[in-house]
Amino acid sequence: MTVQAAGGRQGVDWLRRRSLLMEVGIVALVALFLMFIVPLLLSGFRLNLMGRFLALAIAALGIDLIWGFTGLLSLGHGVFFALGGYALAMHMKLQIPATASSQLPEFMDLYGVTELPWFWRPFDSFPFAAIALMLIPGLMAGLLGYLVFRSRIRGVYFSILTQAMTIIFFNFFNGQQKLINGTNGLTGFKTILGATVSDAGTQRSIYLATILLLVAAYAVCRWLTSGRFGRLLMALRDDESRARFTGYNPTGFKVLVFAVSGALAGLAGAMFTLQSGIISPKAMDIAFSIEMVIWVAVGGRATLVGAVLGALVVNFGKSLLSEKFPDFWLFFLGGLFLGVVMFLPDGIVGLIRTQGVEWFRNLTGRSKQLSTYPSLEEDPEAQYERKNIDDRKSDG
Amino acid sequence: MFASILDGIFNGLSIGSILLLAALGLAIVFGLMGVINMAHGELMMLGAYTTVVVQNAFKGIGGPLFELYIFFALIAAFLVAALVGLALERGVIRYLYGRPLETLLATWGVSLILQQFVRSVSWVMVFGLILFSLLFFGGQWLLKRRADFESVQKWIVAALLPLSIGISLAASTFLGQTYKLAVTKPWFGAQNQDVTAPSWLRGGIPIGNFQLPSTRLFIMILTIGCVVGVYWFLNCTKWGLRIRAVTQNRNMSACLGIPTRKVDAITFAIGSGLAGVAGCGLSLLGSVGPNTGQNYIVNTFMVVVVGGVGKLIGTVVGAMAIGIADYVIGTGILGNLTNNPALKEVFAFFATTSMAKVMVFALIILFLQFRPAGLFPQKGRTVDA
Repeated sequence: MTVQAAGGRQGVDWLRRRSLLMEVGIVALVALFLMFIVPLLLSGFRLNLMGRFLALAIAALGIDLIWGFTGLLSLGHGVFFALGGYALAMHMKLQIPATASSQLPEFMDLYGVTELPWFWRPFDSFPFAAIALMLIPGLMAGLLGYLVFRSRIRGVYFSILTQAMTIIFFNFFNGQQKLINGTNGLTGFKTILGATVSDAGTQRSIYLATILLLVAAYAVCRWLTSGRFGRLLMALRDDESRARFTGYNPTGFKVLVFAVSGALAGLAGAMFTLQSGIISPKAMDIAFSIEMVIWVAVGGRATLVGAVLGALVVNFGKSLLSEKFPDFWLFFLGGLFLGVVMFLPDGIVGLIRTQGVEWFRNLTGRSKQLSTYPSLEEDPEAQYERKNIDDRKSDG
Repeated sequence: MFASILDGIFNGLSIGSILLLAALGLAIVFGLMGVINMAHGELMMLGAYTTVVVQNAFKGIGGPLFELYIFFALIAAFLVAALVGLALERGVIRYLYGRPLETLLATWGVSLILQQFVRSVSWVMVFGLILFSLLFFGGQWLLKRRADFESVQKWIVAALLPLSIGISLAASTFLGQTYKLAVTKPWFGAQNQDVTAPSWLRGGIPIGNFQLPSTRLFIMILTIGCVVGVYWFLNCTKWGLRIRAVTQNRNMSACLGIPTRKVDAITFAIGSGLAGVAGCGLSLLGSVGPNTGQNYIVNTFMVVVVGGVGKLIGTVVGAMAIGIADYVIGTGILGNLTNNPALKEVFAFFATTSMAKVMVFALIILFLQFRPAGLFPQKGRTVDA
């Protein structure tokens, strides 16, 4: 208040710019830490896992965008993830040395395909594949979103429709042996942009690229969710009817944000595929899509940092626990779903923001932060009355 | 030609009746509470496993009584699933009232736990669970007598939870070490279990050169019985009236003195029980595994989406429509009806079980463009209806 009184509009701008600068600084620091310090600390295997999980974090950002901010629970992001993965995988499968006997991906020879199917052809060029791996999932999401949101389907209806879509795509990809190698998926990648994929140096650059893309995705989401657009998304989440009555047509906004989210999932899928070396219809498993949601829930909804954090925490927890107790992993996961929803609705970041801040203030000897009128909060008489009224309530 | 049409209708109705049986409970619960129960498939799976257990018990008894085990299994499956459903409602869902998306996630968690539970359940585990509940809930019950229970409840829970987990874990580990495999062997394990239908359900009823399998007829009759039963319950009993009232307007019903929470619990238990019955029916069609439920849930959700939640008949029509469409497209009968070669090729492309699902989903999305709230929507004047 004082700042605003003294410096007026300029003061607010300056404050905002300062907090933005600070955020940029922190993100850059974390990114540099991940890029240059973490590789020294982790073994090759763990570093590869880290890279994969960072790729998953990109998908988590997308989920956060639609679930945390817009209130649309998609249970079908595995499809977009897989579409992105397949787009890049198809490009890599076409990197056949000119000396090879067959100019087709090897599984096609196996199923007796003699000519490259038409939709494979453009994926030969890297720029096309790089654009397609975000564009195709984005368009797919946009189309489905348009058909669903247009008829004002929302809430659980939307969720179960996206879930049905997952099954459908799973069946489709599973059944098309000749076109995309069915159940086995695409694997055995040789080169990308002339570099050998399995090479340590290449994997290192892929790791760095994943971090850069994650930062970029974070920036895009941050930009989308701050300002008017972001506030509108939250308005749609909290009361869509009211937003509509104020003159906004929610369909376009929801379609757009769903498409962006799908595109992010596609990017995540592509980066994941590069590091895991395989993409198969298993990525369109129902369970995987719902797990994506729980990453965001664990980290904290409507906080972009939470999405990234949640993806890393849950996945590392998964890789550790499922190594140690393979039989009990499902119990843990199920318990995680239950526990987060029931006891930790705001996730880790939410907990830190509410409880953590208070705890820190207590620790440093500062008084409790008050959200209501201060004198009332500190007045012993008011406290006494409030307590008594509360007691009476619990008696009755 | 006639035989193939008859075959199409019969098989479609048969698939539809399974869907209907599975979706019935889901639709009632969804209509009442606006909650999608992702664990519905696992409740079906529990029903199927109950059938396996009952069957094995009757095998032990032997004799002519074995032929009738299926009826006892139906009752047992209903009761087991209803009890688990009741526990689910009391323990989880009622705390999430008004947050349907969170409920969806929580019930998914429950479904994962149930899947793993049937895989790894053994005597030791049951013992540990019982011991844990005794310690944890019993301890709370004992401490409830303290005058200042409310203020220290948090601490009591924080102390009791690790204590009871620790004690029951230690005790069951000890048991497992002493008696080894006798108590640690899983009851079912990960492999599938088989149910043998009673002899009067094997074979079929021949019509011309076409045979109606008895198990499928039995499931159809079972479905009809369940639909009639639910209809009677909803329309001719006191609790049915209350359920309908709460479905129409929860707040108004509460104002008029209907115990809405109790209505929720009862409805959820009945819906879950119906899932158990469905599971019992399913067990006749194929082997029963921990993932049995997963194969059905998405289709049953689609039935609810297509049927709408306003009327029971919506669920019936939705299930039959999806069942028949699934079968007719999947077998490629449609291709015979047209002479257009391009159209023939399209139908041939979709003429597999999995591709038929693709087509049916596209049709559902198309259908929702015209009737977003399903065939029989809940009528109301609110914006969100």
